[in-house]
Amino acid sequence: MPNFYGESPAIQISPMRTTDKADTSLLARVEGILKKNNIPVNGMLFELNSVKVRFSDTDIQLKAKDILQAGLGNRYVVALNLLSESPQWLTDISALPMYLGLDLRGGVHFLLQVDMKGALSKSLDRFSADIRSSLREEKIRYKRVSREGLQIIVKFRDLESRDKATDEIKNNYEDLSLREHDLEDEFHLAVSLKETALKRMQDSAVQQNITTLRNRVNELGVAEPIIQQAGADRVVVQLPGVQDTAKAKDILGRTATLELRMVDEEHDVSLALSGQNPSDSELYTERGGGPVLVKKQVMLTGDRINDAQPGFDNNNRPAVHLNLDSNGARTFKQLTRENVGKRMAILLIEKNQKEVITAPVIQEEIPSGRVQITGNMSISEARDISLLLRAGALAAPMDIIEERTVGPSLGAENISRGFNSTLFGFAAIAIFMTVYYLIFGFISVTALGVNLLLLIALLSILQATLTLPGMAAIALTIGMAIDANVLINERIRDELRNGISPQAAISAGYERAFGTILDANITTLIAGIALFAFGSGPIKGFAVVLCLGILTSMFSAIMVSRSLVNLLYGKRRKLETVPIGQVWKPTNNKR
Amino acid sequence: MEFFRFRRDIPFMSWGKYTTTISLLTFIIAVFFLATKGLNLGVDFTGGTVMEVGYSQAADLNKARNTLAGIGMPDASVQHFGNSSDVLIRLPTKPEISSAQLSEVVMKALRQEDSVVEMRRVEFVGPQVGEELVENGALALLIVSLGIIAYLAMRFEWKFGVAAIIANLHDVVIILGFFAFFQWEFSLTVLAAVLAILGYSVNESVVVFDRIRENFRKMRKASVEQVIDNAITRTMSRTIITHGCTQMAVCSMLFFGGEALHYFALALTIGICFGIYSAVLVASPIVMLLGVTREDLVKIEKKETKEEAVP
Repeated sequence: MPNFYGESPAIQISPMRTTDKADTSLLARVEGILKKNNIPVNGMLFELNSVKVRFSDTDIQLKAKDILQAGLGNRYVVALNLLSESPQWLTDISALPMYLGLDLRGGVHFLLQVDMKGALSKSLDRFSADIRSSLREEKIRYKRVSREGLQIIVKFRDLESRDKATDEIKNNYEDLSLREHDLEDEFHLAVSLKETALKRMQDSAVQQNITTLRNRVNELGVAEPIIQQAGADRVVVQLPGVQDTAKAKDILGRTATLELRMVDEEHDVSLALSGQNPSDSELYTERGGGPVLVKKQVMLTGDRINDAQPGFDNNNRPAVHLNLDSNGARTFKQLTRENVGKRMAILLIEKNQKEVITAPVIQEEIPSGRVQITGNMSISEARDISLLLRAGALAAPMDIIEERTVGPSLGAENISRGFNSTLFGFAAIAIFMTVYYLIFGFISVTALGVNLLLLIALLSILQATLTLPGMAAIALTIGMAIDANVLINERIRDELRNGISPQAAISAGYERAFGTILDANITTLIAGIALFAFGSGPIKGFAVVLCLGILTSMFSAIMVSRSLVNLLYGKRRKLETVPIGQVWKPTNNKR
Repeated sequence: MEFFRFRRDIPFMSWGKYTTTISLLTFIIAVFFLATKGLNLGVDFTGGTVMEVGYSQAADLNKARNTLAGIGMPDASVQHFGNSSDVLIRLPTKPEISSAQLSEVVMKALRQEDSVVEMRRVEFVGPQVGEELVENGALALLIVSLGIIAYLAMRFEWKFGVAAIIANLHDVVIILGFFAFFQWEFSLTVLAAVLAILGYSVNESVVVFDRIRENFRKMRKASVEQVIDNAITRTMSRTIITHGCTQMAVCSMLFFGGEALHYFALALTIGICFGIYSAVLVASPIVMLLGVTREDLVKIEKKETKEEAVP
């Protein structure tokens, strides 16, 4: 029923952060801003920590969005939305309109694949940094900690330190499995992730990516986004109504994170420039500066960041202010204490491209975990970097492996096309059936109409996504649903031809046709279910509608038309003729 | 009104030889085109990028082609889509440009030529997704076939299941043959149509089989051939009417559904036409060929209550 009311353009205003609340004062502010700019409003409501404003058409909606965004500042997300126009009581009994797929309402669909190898190597990097700092804390002497492939190798000079380290790691990191092996003068400890931990890590990498994506999408300001896991290592992102796909892709795909490393001051940069790179260092170019040689060892990674805000430093240069979590703060404190006077490098990693933003000299120990990064950056760069850092780093890089974008005009066109196909198909069949089978044809058409209504109602109740192939399936279902009615009607004619009395013919017709209808529909249902199981995206939509359509058509052909016939003819004791159209009897029937 | 007035049973089965030959011939032709020309697989299966852009007036394809060649994409296919102002651009997967940027780069270049060009649709499918879709599609086809055989074997007899599925796979191959011959684009939606046809045209065979079973019970003295002929003749009128109705719905999709549903409706049309043919003239002869007997279906002998009018 709510489908009759349609939807109206609206704007949804919600606070950027969950700690802020949307309240009546926000409602008043929104109202004030709109009134000042003479924008007609169709209604306002307040629900689920956001304010929703209805407008009469999309032009006003777009205008209002710009004005509101400017008026409210960037503490609020102002997103375009569609609100159902159905009255409140319908919503209360959870009668919702059909859920339109992206190909009908316009928007972007992405399928992202999580790069598990990347996730693994990232988490190993983090573990090696942690191991390093706990060994140091416990004053266990080690030669070096390095990541080699999918293992971390810790090298010791003597057996005693290794035993102590083994105990230490075993006690503190239960996810790691250890294996010792000895070389001539070195004692190695190979550390790798346990199988169970590996699986958990992969799961949590996907989960974290989903959370991160959700945060980023929220910052984009999209109403009703869908972000969910699809398969073991894939994520589906659907952004209805998004026009600026470039921006969406940019924000979704960016994997900005920070790495803190020490600058290699033991080796000569010029030597590295000529190709003689020391094995444990890499050569980078500092933003707005010369080349720097940076050690490969990662001291601190971006996931230790609690918060990042753009701002200015004491000299009024753009800066990013970071807040580290307790673990990060501890590591950072240790790092700065041990390296006063040395240079550290802050690397920004985007799309596997690493860049040294700045490489300052550590002046003193920094205990608080508050870090300020100033480098050669503009204000907007500082804002972008802090947005990406704040929204969280992706646990693993992701690639877009499927993208489907539908512009809003095409979406509207698709709706009308799908609607027209259904309408004209229905009309043609209705006319034919009524002409061919007269009253019984009319009954069949009524049953078909009921079938259509039932199908739409069912789709609305289940909130199944309606796509263009789904609409095609509705049109197709109508064609196929008539099959049952034709079977019944032909059977009744057949029985009449055999000279059975009208009443008996009707009941025999329904009864005998039932088995056939069942068999015929179940085979189609098998096809529908297989489509649902193996199909993806648009095909799934098709399959859902097809399966539901078969079920409703069986119900309507058998129950609805039967009860209608009973209602019309059941009470009459003597039925002379059956208005099912001409029943021709073979004149020279040899049988 | 009644269209079909059959005075006597049409001897379909005696035409068995000819129809089987025709079927075999069309089947071989279809396979031949599938083998030589192959399907024009859509972006869903091959991977790559498809963009639909809308101009405010009739679009100049050559200009668009030159623009694309200018940004290093001479292998892009550019063609009209639906009407003259809409253009469909197909781009193969490029390893050096990330898929995410590809469509942006193209749009930027096109906008420089004509500022009002509107992005209507972008579809990008990565190669690994395409492979999966092919795999899943084949798997779905297999499962549907097995499911139908199993169901019919349970309800009727294995001979019927096999006959129905051969008849319908024959339809499917012919649809695919058409798509190969005309080089129509075979997309995911067309695959859905093909699978729907597989389920749908089995209906047809089921209805005929149902009658055959009933006739075996009723027409005790008739030969198998007569039984089948009678079953087909008596279901003929419903076959034509049902398919006619479905075809009306499909036609309405073909005319009003726009480009997006065009090939979908086309596949259904071919499927419905051949569905009628195959149910009547392919499935039943195969059942005969497999040597169906009365005893296969009528297991419990009942006392005849009524004298049957058998010629």
